[in-house]
Amino acid sequence: MSAPATMPVIERGTATSRTAAMAVAVIIALLAIAPQFLSAGAVDRMTALFIYVILAAMWNALAGFGGLVSVGQQVFFGLGAYFAIRLADAGLNPFLALFASGFVVGVVSIPLSLFMLRLRNGEFAIGMWVIAALTHLLVNLDRLVQGETGTSLISLNVYDAGTRRATIYWLALASMTALLAILFGLLRGSTGAAIRAIRDNEDAAASVGVRVTGTKRLLFVLAAFGIGIAGALWLATSITFQPKTYFNVQWTAYMIFMVLVGGIGTFEGAILGALVFFLIETWFGGTGVWYLVGLGATAVVFSLFLPRGLWGTIEERFGLRLLPVGYRVRLAAASADDDATPQQTTKHQEKA
Amino acid sequence: MSNQIIQGILLGGYYALIACGLSFMFSVMRIINLAHGSLAVLAAYALWLLASRFHVSPFVGLLIVLPLMAAIGWALQRFLLERSARGGALLPILTTFGLAIVIDNLLFEQFGADTRSLAPYIGSLSYDSWEWPGSIYVGKLAVVMFATAIVLLGGLQLFLTHTRLGRSIRATSEDPDTAGLVGVDARRANAIAAAIAMVTVGLAGAFLGMRATFDPYAGAPQLLFAFEAAVIGGAGSLWGTLIGGIVLALAQTLGAQVHPQGFLIGGHAVFLVVLFVRLSASGLGPRGLLRLGKTS
Repeated sequence: MSAPATMPVIERGTATSRTAAMAVAVIIALLAIAPQFLSAGAVDRMTALFIYVILAAMWNALAGFGGLVSVGQQVFFGLGAYFAIRLADAGLNPFLALFASGFVVGVVSIPLSLFMLRLRNGEFAIGMWVIAALTHLLVNLDRLVQGETGTSLISLNVYDAGTRRATIYWLALASMTALLAILFGLLRGSTGAAIRAIRDNEDAAASVGVRVTGTKRLLFVLAAFGIGIAGALWLATSITFQPKTYFNVQWTAYMIFMVLVGGIGTFEGAILGALVFFLIETWFGGTGVWYLVGLGATAVVFSLFLPRGLWGTIEERFGLRLLPVGYRVRLAAASADDDATPQQTTKHQEKA
Repeated sequence: MSNQIIQGILLGGYYALIACGLSFMFSVMRIINLAHGSLAVLAAYALWLLASRFHVSPFVGLLIVLPLMAAIGWALQRFLLERSARGGALLPILTTFGLAIVIDNLLFEQFGADTRSLAPYIGSLSYDSWEWPGSIYVGKLAVVMFATAIVLLGGLQLFLTHTRLGRSIRATSEDPDTAGLVGVDARRANAIAAAIAMVTVGLAGAFLGMRATFDPYAGAPQLLFAFEAAVIGGAGSLWGTLIGGIVLALAQTLGAQVHPQGFLIGGHAVFLVVLFVRLSASGLGPRGLLRLGKTS
């Protein structure tokens, strides 16, 4: 092969993705100083947005990359809030309790994964829902929670409202950034190849020696940990803990909506979906029931007609990569025009 | 105590009713319909509307609602499930979950948060009971419900084994491509199976409304009960569903004895124990828990 001009080039980053990486750094820096300029209400809304991004990214990690659709992820959201209450009640600093709680949720999810990951598809989905329903009932039995009456994270009240708001904002921003970075690192590393192989075809992946169960467990625990932190952060913003609100299947409905609309199985899609959801909630959240009908109907329409979501469609149409987690092959002969086929996104269509 | 056991067994009839449609649809189309419970509640509301607005007895109302449910099932398969099943095994979960959210919230929009019941429209049946030896009182409605479950399960079984249509549905569930080769129209078989499943859902909705109260968001617990009963009943015949329903109801009854909040906990707990034992025994193929037996 003496003619390097005909050698295909394998690359990860493109010019666009290098610009995007810079943009991400700038955006995070801007977000970090934003509370100086934003109103109290806006800071609260932004905190909610960060939590939505976490939820979407974590559900996407499980469903989009692990092929595990769960409708019981509210169990980790509720447990995140519950353990934070418990740890704070035991005397831990409330801010510290938020993260300690995430770790506890992650640890709890390990034995759960041994059991639940043996279920397939719909059985796993609804089995997780049973777990969520049972956990909700058991949390209700805790005297501290007082059934559906609930309780509050009172120890947070020692901080004045301004400090509290800004601290929670930064914690949410930091959690979101860290969790996205972990997921990004995971997807780019050697595990990432395994994860995408499983996403595309589980049986084929197993046949070439991918540790399917171990990889799925990793995603399951990561998602539990992330959603647990999201639940604890939500508790910090709203102070009160009513089990019914936190263990509500609506949280999973939101996650599904965000990921379906944004683009299931794409890293950027979950973030885009959270942003779309955030805007829809800001504009239409006040319409109550019709807003929920709209969310459900949109999810149905996307799953039927645009199953790759907004980002998946954009990616396919324009070959655009902002935060590449895979590789692509560019044939040097065709290097003049930069439209080599994006390899890693061709999703395998499973037979039903 | 023996009184509670009998009540529990009879309640199991209701769970078998709501579960049989779920496991039937799963065994034929490999789809777990997450809107299952919501559709049962929809049927209950339809009957309630007929009874309260037009003074139609719920039993007569079934003559209108069941064909309607069959039509809904047919449309569901043709327009939603068929399309989403082409996108893989995961997509139908999302589609039907979205559908459940739409149904629940539309019901809320239409009927508000009030709990409703069909009990006021079925006369004395809702509270009449027979006295059995040993001063055990069994509600007539509970017995009717249990008898309906047995007739329905038996009828379904006979239909699947002894009719041409039933055999073509079973052939499709085994292998749609091969069934197609021998002249079975898989699309038609699936749509008919979905219609049949929705008729059972309509019946379950009727009994849900008669034996208890319901509200727009009552679908989710019904879905969980149906799933639990179907899984506990396990692979085997449709009769397994009846056993599953009875076990679930007995565990709930027992749970309620132990603790005031123990009713639901008992049900979920027995489900997980059965699941755990079954997974540990590992007699399961990769095809899962809900599959009906090949021979039915």
